[in-house]
Amino acid sequence: MSDLNTAMIEKYRSSFLKEVEANVEEGEWVKMCMQCGVCSGSCPLGKHWEHPPQEIFMMIRAGKRDDVLSSDSMWMCTSCYNCIARCPRGLPITHIMHGLAVYSKRLGLTPQKQPTAEFSQIFWDNLMKKGRVNELKLGLSMYFKDGFGQGIKNAMANQKLGQNMMKAKRMNAMEFFGGHSVKDLSGFQKMVKKAQEIEEGNIKDFK
Amino acid sequence: MADDKKFAGYVCTGCGLGERLDAGQLETTATRDGKMQSCKQHEMLCSAEGVQMIKDDIANDDVTHVMIAACSRRAKVEAFNFTDVALTRANLREGVIWVRPDTDENKETTQEMADDYIRMACAELKSMAKPSASGEQSLNKNILVVGGGITGMTAAIEAAAAGYPVHLVEKNGALGGAVGSYYKVIPTRSPYDAPAENPVPALSEAIEADGNITVHLNSTITKTDGAPGRFSVDIATESGSTETISIGAIIQASGWKPYDANQLPEFAYGKSQDVVTNHELEALAVAANGGPIKRPSDGKEVQSVCFIQNAGQCSDKDGHLTYFAGVTDLVSIKQAMYFKELNGECDTTILFDNLRTPGAGGEDFYRAGQNAMVTFSKGIASEVVPGDSLTVKFEDKILNEQTEMACDLVVLATGMEPNSGPDPYAQLTVDMAEDEEEKAKAQAILENAPPSILNLQYRQGTDLPHLKNGFTDSHFICFPYETRRTGIYSAGPVRRPMDIQQARDDATGAALKAIQAAENAGLGRAAHPRSGDLSFPSFRKEGCTQCKRCTVECPFGAINEDEEGYPMYNESRCRRCGTCMGACPVRVISFENYSVETVNQQIKNVDIPEEWDEKPRILVLACENDAYPALDQAAQAGVEINPWARVIPVRCLGSVSLSWVTDALNNGYDGIVMMGCRRDDDYQCHFVRGSAMAAERMSKVGDTLDTLNLEPERVILHEVAITDVERAPQLINDMAETVEKIGLSPFKF
Amino acid sequence: MAKIELSFYPGCSSQKGATSSNYLVSAQTMCEELDIQLNEIPDWNCCGASIGYGGGGELPRLTLSARNIALSEEHNSGQEIVATCAACWLSTREAKERLHEDEQMFKDANAALSEAGLKYEGESNVRHMVEVLVEDIGFDGIKSKVKKPLEGLKIAGYVGCQTNRPFGIAGESFENPQYLDKIVESVGADSIPTYEKKVQCCGGALAFSEPEKSQEMIKGIIEAAYDNGADMIVTPCPLCQANVEIYQDNINETYGTKFNMPVVYYSTLMSVAFGRSATDAALNGQVIPAKKLEEIANK
Repeated sequence: MSDLNTAMIEKYRSSFLKEVEANVEEGEWVKMCMQCGVCSGSCPLGKHWEHPPQEIFMMIRAGKRDDVLSSDSMWMCTSCYNCIARCPRGLPITHIMHGLAVYSKRLGLTPQKQPTAEFSQIFWDNLMKKGRVNELKLGLSMYFKDGFGQGIKNAMANQKLGQNMMKAKRMNAMEFFGGHSVKDLSGFQKMVKKAQEIEEGNIKDFK
Repeated sequence: MADDKKFAGYVCTGCGLGERLDAGQLETTATRDGKMQSCKQHEMLCSAEGVQMIKDDIANDDVTHVMIAACSRRAKVEAFNFTDVALTRANLREGVIWVRPDTDENKETTQEMADDYIRMACAELKSMAKPSASGEQSLNKNILVVGGGITGMTAAIEAAAAGYPVHLVEKNGALGGAVGSYYKVIPTRSPYDAPAENPVPALSEAIEADGNITVHLNSTITKTDGAPGRFSVDIATESGSTETISIGAIIQASGWKPYDANQLPEFAYGKSQDVVTNHELEALAVAANGGPIKRPSDGKEVQSVCFIQNAGQCSDKDGHLTYFAGVTDLVSIKQAMYFKELNGECDTTILFDNLRTPGAGGEDFYRAGQNAMVTFSKGIASEVVPGDSLTVKFEDKILNEQTEMACDLVVLATGMEPNSGPDPYAQLTVDMAEDEEEKAKAQAILENAPPSILNLQYRQGTDLPHLKNGFTDSHFICFPYETRRTGIYSAGPVRRPMDIQQARDDATGAALKAIQAAENAGLGRAAHPRSGDLSFPSFRKEGCTQCKRCTVECPFGAINEDEEGYPMYNESRCRRCGTCMGACPVRVISFENYSVETVNQQIKNVDIPEEWDEKPRILVLACENDAYPALDQAAQAGVEINPWARVIPVRCLGSVSLSWVTDALNNGYDGIVMMGCRRDDDYQCHFVRGSAMAAERMSKVGDTLDTLNLEPERVILHEVAITDVERAPQLINDMAETVEKIGLSPFKF
Repeated sequence: MAKIELSFYPGCSSQKGATSSNYLVSAQTMCEELDIQLNEIPDWNCCGASIGYGGGGELPRLTLSARNIALSEEHNSGQEIVATCAACWLSTREAKERLHEDEQMFKDANAALSEAGLKYEGESNVRHMVEVLVEDIGFDGIKSKVKKPLEGLKIAGYVGCQTNRPFGIAGESFENPQYLDKIVESVGADSIPTYEKKVQCCGGALAFSEPEKSQEMIKGIIEAAYDNGADMIVTPCPLCQANVEIYQDNINETYGTKFNMPVVYYSTLMSVAFGRSATDAALNGQVIPAKKLEEIANK
């Protein structure tokens, strides 16, 4: 059978839906979408989604695995929860979008240089270091994520903002050295490592 | 006989009437102009004391005719319910004081209105008689149910449970109808999460055990004669024997037939055995016998199935049904769940455009389908390509692309067509067609008419009239079970597409209506909307010209013709609308309490001021079902009506005699406003065709105006709904403005 | 009024030298006046906020909050957990609900927590500070503490997203919550019920990763405040406060606007209205000074 035929047979089969149910946070809700589109119309960044949530749900059900998982749409979610508040079917859409984003990242399908995907990882790595977020380092990492030169440019562009914050004592250069931390850092890190292991173990293989 | 009559008037002074009006003057008007032999005032006529006063007069003073001048005839009906006398009401509250401002400069015209309404009521009363039943009635409790499907079975069980013997006639060899052979049905009870057991076996058992139900299998109705309370019905069996049974009322539950999917070649129906209709899928599910459903072509277990919704329905394409079966989305969910139940990991996709899952459990059942991993895809199928694996081509409306999918089986969600008899007005529709296209359509319907189901021996044809698409006509809003043949009720999908639960509810309603009809017939009382009315039409034979208009135009086919062509009224078929009365060119048809004369007298007894008084008079003929209540509500809301209007309620605009219009104009009325119900396909007319008949007749009123050399604007006919609380008074006030513009009638003398 | 004791989860942004350190200062001042004692959860950690999901996934993220709840239940036993930060509150409450609904997740989270010697029960209530104000103190209770009513101030109540959705404040609608306006009225200022951007998203964490897209939304939030004649914006959320306040220069540059709209916390308003100093109200933490508030505070 030709590839084209295989592709067609895969269409509108529930295999990808089953994969989403098994491996994506709150994925078991995807099948309950009734395609009203209220989520898409309620999203503050709706116009920036290549595939708004309603479409993503349909694509999952239509078996469009690669199109969904390599999309940067889910990364447009600002976590405003408007879609959840309005969904007449009570789907936890925000979480499903987060879950799909994470799953796509886990499989290495997230578009390169997706800024929110990068920021999200930087944020997580930042908080993992000390158990608490170090805002100064977070900002710097963000500026310098695309290399030293770009970092200086970014820092210069936001220089005034930084000065303002320093003046208001809402940014502290000393945070660069050490900074706030949980006391039981090793316990904290062990705990997170364990959680990551458990989660990893729960992923079911579909490909 | 005149000596036996005694006329008594009563003027209420409650509700502000005493303050706003000169009651003494009203009393004088009633006795002097209205010729009441007595007239009494009471400060609250509807009180126990007031009512007792009237009752005492009837009992002690032999009062035979009562004129009550108080509130609208639609108010205090329980209090003023005197069944032993002829009764009329002068509407001084809603008709006068509530629609006129309470100011000194208006006092004179307000009093004039009230005096006129008293004169009108008295004049009407003079030509009325107390209605009484014809005497041709008898109580017959037998209920005939035609059709042994879910609807008919339910109706039979319900009627029998209420103590009425039932004859249940089924043309096939077993009860159950279309649903009888179904694997499972749409759930009708909470939690609505899975297909439910077929109710037919349980219903069959209940019928078998019911001594009140006689089942006639392999039988048809070859003749239905008579009228409610005295139908004579011939039931013929396949073997040729015929039994004649006397019946009180009839329920037609002849059900539906599946749409012919051969008209859907684009979906490969007929080309591939693996394309089936939803109706046919039931047989596959039953044949699976608890195992996986297999496809017809090669017996392969179905691993993927695609449902195409709205196949050949909700569509304007030739050969398609324009309407939706209402239930087929739920049916597909149900059938998709068969596959989830029987075929394990089977992929099931439902391609829908507008998924409609009505009813209490509809939404829950839809969710249950989603929960069971049925894939719902908003998509419009364009083609099914046959093959070992079928290809369904469709437009995905969410992903906005032309796409296709492969599957083992395709199920077409096709529509339901009514299983009704021939439309008695099919020929009329051909004759009345406005253009060739319409005529050709009507001709096709006439030529492809199905065989008769009831074989009615009625002047107007053998079966229940249709509205659209072959469904039996019924007053959709107010009296859904009432057909246009009194005492014969249609229930279930012959009336409109519906699911099992709706059909069972429908059947229960129809059973109650049939019981009511049988009981009413026993007492000579009318059915809706003039429930309980004892008056019925009679005609003066010597004046009749055998023109047959009444027999043709009666919306209920109530009137047959004798051998000479004279009308034969069947009291218990009659709905008392008076459309026959309005039709009669020689004015020989009348009711005891409603006639050309009762209204004519009202028109004539309005005081028409001289031209130089500059007080116009506007006659308003308002349908008592919608327009008159709208005016009452307007009065309650304090909407003003000009003081020139004199409103006469009519039973239906269909009862309006053209002579009323001519006489009113000749008498010097300056304008005439007629208010009836909506009359198109979405009619609101309580007598179905009355309003439409009136409109047709009044289209000729222009000739009359022409002859009289009067402006055409002086007579106008409006469609008014009961909710037109602001609009109905406005229409009357508009006429006052028109009159002001064109001037008073020259016919005042 | 009896003293209210709460197990307090301040969150990363409220720490010294962090973006909402001024929120903490004013909240503490406010609590002193309302006789609310805040007992900080010892050794609390970051909740993962609304952006950590992308690095952490589901269980690690929920475990972060589970640790905080476990610590609270161990050290501040019997006390309700309260957060001032919208994301802290949301993450903690969400973790509690998810672990309650999902038995496996509950077990998995406890397995991870045991690595740090902790045990999660998840019995505590998790509340936002405004819930305490609305439900326990009440608007009349707030009113009764006002010494310097903020008369003549017109304040746009910007509720934002996460204090409002998906949980929100009991009895309020998602589309038009009223409590912030009522707080504004309670401290003697004029609220703006017609403020149409009340629940508009500011971009949240995407203000960092998608600055153009976010600033376009922030522009609308500020513009609507000007259109409604507001003197300042008040918000219950640290990220809303920061996003709406600190990017005004950038927005002015991009769009040619002349925004200079102060954005304060409800706790700032209350601290001033309760008669406390500008420093106690953390007015020195404003990037755009709330001059009219300063005037009242310094009176």
